[in-house]
Amino acid sequence: MGLSKCSLEMLQTMGLKSVDELFTDIPADVRIDGIKLPDGLSELELRRELEALLSVNRTAGTTPTFLGAGIYHHFVPAAVRAIVGRSEFMTSYTPYQPEISQGMLQALFEYQSYMAELTAMDVVNSSMYDASTALGEAVLMSHRINGGYKFLVSRAVSPERRGVARLYAKGAGIELVEVGYDPATGSVDLADLRSKLDGDISGFYHESPNFFGVVEPNGKEIREILGQRTMVVGTNPMSLALLRPPGELGADMVIGDAQVFGTPMSLGGPTVGLFGCRKEHVRKMPGRIIGMTVDSGGNTAFCMTLQTREQHIRRSKATSNICTNEALLAVAAAAYLAVVGKAGLREIAARNVRNMRSLSERISQVEGFEAPVFEGTHFNEFAVKSSKNPAEVNRHLLERGVIGGLPLNDSYPELGNVALYATTEMHTRQDHDALVAALEAVR
Amino acid sequence: MRYHQAVYEVPLLFEQCDKAEPSGRFDPTVDGAIPPELARTALDLPDLPERDVVKHFINLSQMNFGVDNGLYPLGSCTMKYNPKMFDELASWPTVADIHPLQDPSTIQGALKLMYELERMLCEIGGMDAVTLQPAAGAQGEYTGIHLVRAYHEARGESRSEVILPDTAHGTNPASAAMVGYDVLELPSKDGCVDVEALKASISDDTAAFMLTNPNTLGLFEKDVREVAGILHDAGALLYYDGANLNAIMGKTTPGKMQFDIVHFNLHKTFATPHGGGGPGAGPVGVTEKLEEFLPVPRIVHDGVRYRLDYDRPKTIGKVKAYFGNFGVLARAYAYIRMQGGNGLKAVSENAVLNSNYLKDELTRDFELPYGQLRKHEFVLSGRPLKAKGLRTLDFAKRLLDYGFHAPTIYFPLIVDEALMIEPTETESRETLDAFVSACRQILSEDPETVKSAPHNTARRRIDEAKAARDMVFSWRMRPKKV
Repeated sequence: MGLSKCSLEMLQTMGLKSVDELFTDIPADVRIDGIKLPDGLSELELRRELEALLSVNRTAGTTPTFLGAGIYHHFVPAAVRAIVGRSEFMTSYTPYQPEISQGMLQALFEYQSYMAELTAMDVVNSSMYDASTALGEAVLMSHRINGGYKFLVSRAVSPERRGVARLYAKGAGIELVEVGYDPATGSVDLADLRSKLDGDISGFYHESPNFFGVVEPNGKEIREILGQRTMVVGTNPMSLALLRPPGELGADMVIGDAQVFGTPMSLGGPTVGLFGCRKEHVRKMPGRIIGMTVDSGGNTAFCMTLQTREQHIRRSKATSNICTNEALLAVAAAAYLAVVGKAGLREIAARNVRNMRSLSERISQVEGFEAPVFEGTHFNEFAVKSSKNPAEVNRHLLERGVIGGLPLNDSYPELGNVALYATTEMHTRQDHDALVAALEAVR
Repeated sequence: MRYHQAVYEVPLLFEQCDKAEPSGRFDPTVDGAIPPELARTALDLPDLPERDVVKHFINLSQMNFGVDNGLYPLGSCTMKYNPKMFDELASWPTVADIHPLQDPSTIQGALKLMYELERMLCEIGGMDAVTLQPAAGAQGEYTGIHLVRAYHEARGESRSEVILPDTAHGTNPASAAMVGYDVLELPSKDGCVDVEALKASISDDTAAFMLTNPNTLGLFEKDVREVAGILHDAGALLYYDGANLNAIMGKTTPGKMQFDIVHFNLHKTFATPHGGGGPGAGPVGVTEKLEEFLPVPRIVHDGVRYRLDYDRPKTIGKVKAYFGNFGVLARAYAYIRMQGGNGLKAVSENAVLNSNYLKDELTRDFELPYGQLRKHEFVLSGRPLKAKGLRTLDFAKRLLDYGFHAPTIYFPLIVDEALMIEPTETESRETLDAFVSACRQILSEDPETVKSAPHNTARRRIDEAKAARDMVFSWRMRPKKV
C-alpha cells in the first residue's frame, strides 16, 4: 500500500519527496510503525466473510420472536427504505448551512410536526439518541425547570431506561427515587406517589403504555397530584394512533422511541429518541430544533434555531452535550407516517391491539400459564405468569424454533415467574400457533 | 460556475389535500379493547398516496447536499466518502432483524462482530479495552468523564475540575459539566497547550485534562508526553477526543501518547454515513486501570461462546440502552476489515497530504495563523475579506454557489473569522484544485455578489433570527390564518 501516482505528483508540487515529511511534527517518542491488523479485503471477500459471520444470528423473520420491552419488530414499507436511502440525505451532516440543506431541514420539521401531533405537545426536537437517553435528559431538564435534587421514576419502567436515567441523574447530583406500581393493575401506585412527594422533587416520570404494556388509566390524577412539579410521560408513539395523547393530560415533557416508525430493531440501535415539551419550556430543552422562517426572497424556509442552548455556542453552560443525533431515522419516521397515513396508522395500531388480545387469550388457555398478569388496557405487550421458570420455558421454546418473552424474575422478583410477551402486526396466525404449540409442549 | 441546486415547490405534508378514499367509520375502541376515556378522539395526520409521498421526499432530497454530491470540507467532521456496501450490510436481516434481548446463543454472530470490533479499536487506539455502548462522540465523552469520576471515587478522592484548552470542541466542556465537573478552559499558546499555564492550573482538584491531538487547528501537540507526565504526576487522567483520529492512524496512538481514555467517532474516521446529523457511534477505549468501570454488559469470550457479563461491581452502569448503535458498528467493522492495517495507515497519509496540499494553495490568498505543518485539517483566517467589506460567513455562503459545502466557520474561537477546512483522503486532486479555483474566483468577485450569496441554492440567505423570534417548530405551532 502506498501513494498513488496522483498523490506523488501532489507531493512534488508541494516540494516534498516523501509523505513522511508531513509527519515530522510527531515526536519520535510517540511514533508507532503501522497498525497490527490483517491486510484489507476486497468487497467480495468481505461480503463472504460477513455473510458467514452473521449467518448464525437467528432473525425475527425466520424465528418468531415475542420480545418487545422498548424495541419492536414492525413492518417497514419499501418506500421508506427508498427515501431514507437517498444519499443526499444519508451522506449529509447537521444542516449548518441551511440554504443548501433545505431538504433535510424540511424533512426534520415534518418529523417534528408528526410527533407534535401524535403526542399533542408543541415542540419535539429533531431527535435524541434513544428513549433511555431521552429520559436521562428529561430528568436534567426537569431540574432546570423546577430546581430540586430529587426526581421520581415509576418502577413500571424498563430496567434499561431506569439504569441510564440513574447515570444521567448522578452526573448532576440528582437522586432518583422509585414509585411503585399497583400489583393488580400495573399502573402507578397513586398512594405511593403522594407519599414520596417532598419539597426537593422536581418531577415524576411514568409511562403509558408502561413496561408491562399497561395503559395508564390515572393520567389526570397524576397531573393533579404533581401540582407544579413536571410531569414527564414516556410513550410508544404508535399507540398514540389510538390512545389519548400525553399533551391532553397535561404532560410537560414526553419521551419515547420512534423506532416503531420505519427503523429496524438492529439489536437495539440506532433508534430514535423522541423528546417533546410544552412551548414555555423550550429554552430549557436539549437537542436540535428546526424552525420555520423565510429566506431573503421571502420564500418559506427552515433552519436550526435556538442554538444558544447548544454546546457549540454555550459550551459548559449548554442544556446538553448532544451534537450528533439520529436525524436520518427521524426522517424515516416522517416517511413512514406519510406512507401509511392516518388511516393506515390507525389500522396498524388496531391490529397490534387485536393481535395482543388474541395471543393473550390463547396463552391463558395453556395449562400452567396465566395472561395477562395485570388487569386493564394493554397495547402490544403483556406480562405472562408461568408455573415454570420463564428462562427454562424459553429454552424449550427455542428448541421448537420460537423466541419467547423477556423473563422478569431478576428485574421484578416480586412478580415470581413472569415474562413479558410482545406481538405486533408482523406475527401471523401461524406464528401465534407456533408459540402456543411450543408452550403446550413445555412440561 | 455551473452548479445550480434543484428548487421544487414542496408544501408540507400537513398542507396537502387529504387523498384517502373514504373508508368505513374507524372504531377507536378496537372492539371494546380500549375504554372510551382512554381513546383518542382526534388525530390530524395527512392521508396521501405513496406516489405523492415519494415525490415529496425525493424532491426534498434534491434540495439537500451530501458527500455523494461533492466536497464537504467541514472541519472536525471528517466528511469522507462512505462505501455503498456498508449500507447494504446494515439492512441485511442478520443485522437489522435481531432483537437486543435475544438469548446470546441466538446472536453469536453479532456478539463476535462486536467483540472483534472492540479488539480492532484497541489496536488502532493503543488501548486495553473498549466499550461500544455510547451512541455518538459526545456520548463517548460523557461516558469517559463518568469513568474519570468513578476512577477517582474508587480511590477515595473527590476532584472537582476538568481542564481543557480553549481550542476544544464545544462538546468537551458540555460533557464534563454534565458529569458534574467545573470546567477550566486554558488559553492556548501559539495554537497549542500552554504547558506552563497548565502546570500553574493543576491542583489536587484536577480530575482530568481533555485534549484533541492533532488539535482543532490541525496542529500536532508536540508536548503531549510532557502534558501526560504533568497530569499523571498530579494523579489526574488524560482524555483523548478522537474526533481527529483520521490524521494519525498507523503513525501514533492515543495509548502511545499516554492517554488513559479515548473516544472514537465511527461516523468520522470509520466511514459510516453522517445521516444529516446522525446516527453515529462513539465507542470508548481505556487503559487497563479503568477497565473495571466500563458500562455493562461487557461482551466476553470463553474460548467457545460469546456471552454478556453484567457482573462488574465497579461499573458506572449504563450510558444507553443495550449495546450501542449496532447498525453503525457493523458498518465500521466492515470498513476496518476492508482497509486492513496498511489501508488505515494510507488513509491517514492521504488525509494529511490532501489537507496540506489544499492549505499550501489557499495560504496564498488567506492568512494561516500559527504553524505551517498541519495534519488532516487546517484553519484559515478570513480577516483579509474585511478589506472588501466581507465576512467569513459571506465567503462560506458564496462557496455553496459553486457546488461545494462550506467549511466549518467561526471555530475554533481563537482564530478571527475562522475557516476550518478538512478535505479528507477520499477527495481527488481535481476536486481540491476546483475548490481552490472557486475560492480565488470568489475573492475577485464583486463584493455585493458575495454578500448576497447564495444565489444558486434552493433558498437564498435565510433569516435565522426570525426563526428564533417566531418559534414555529411544528405544524401545530404554525401561525393560524385569520
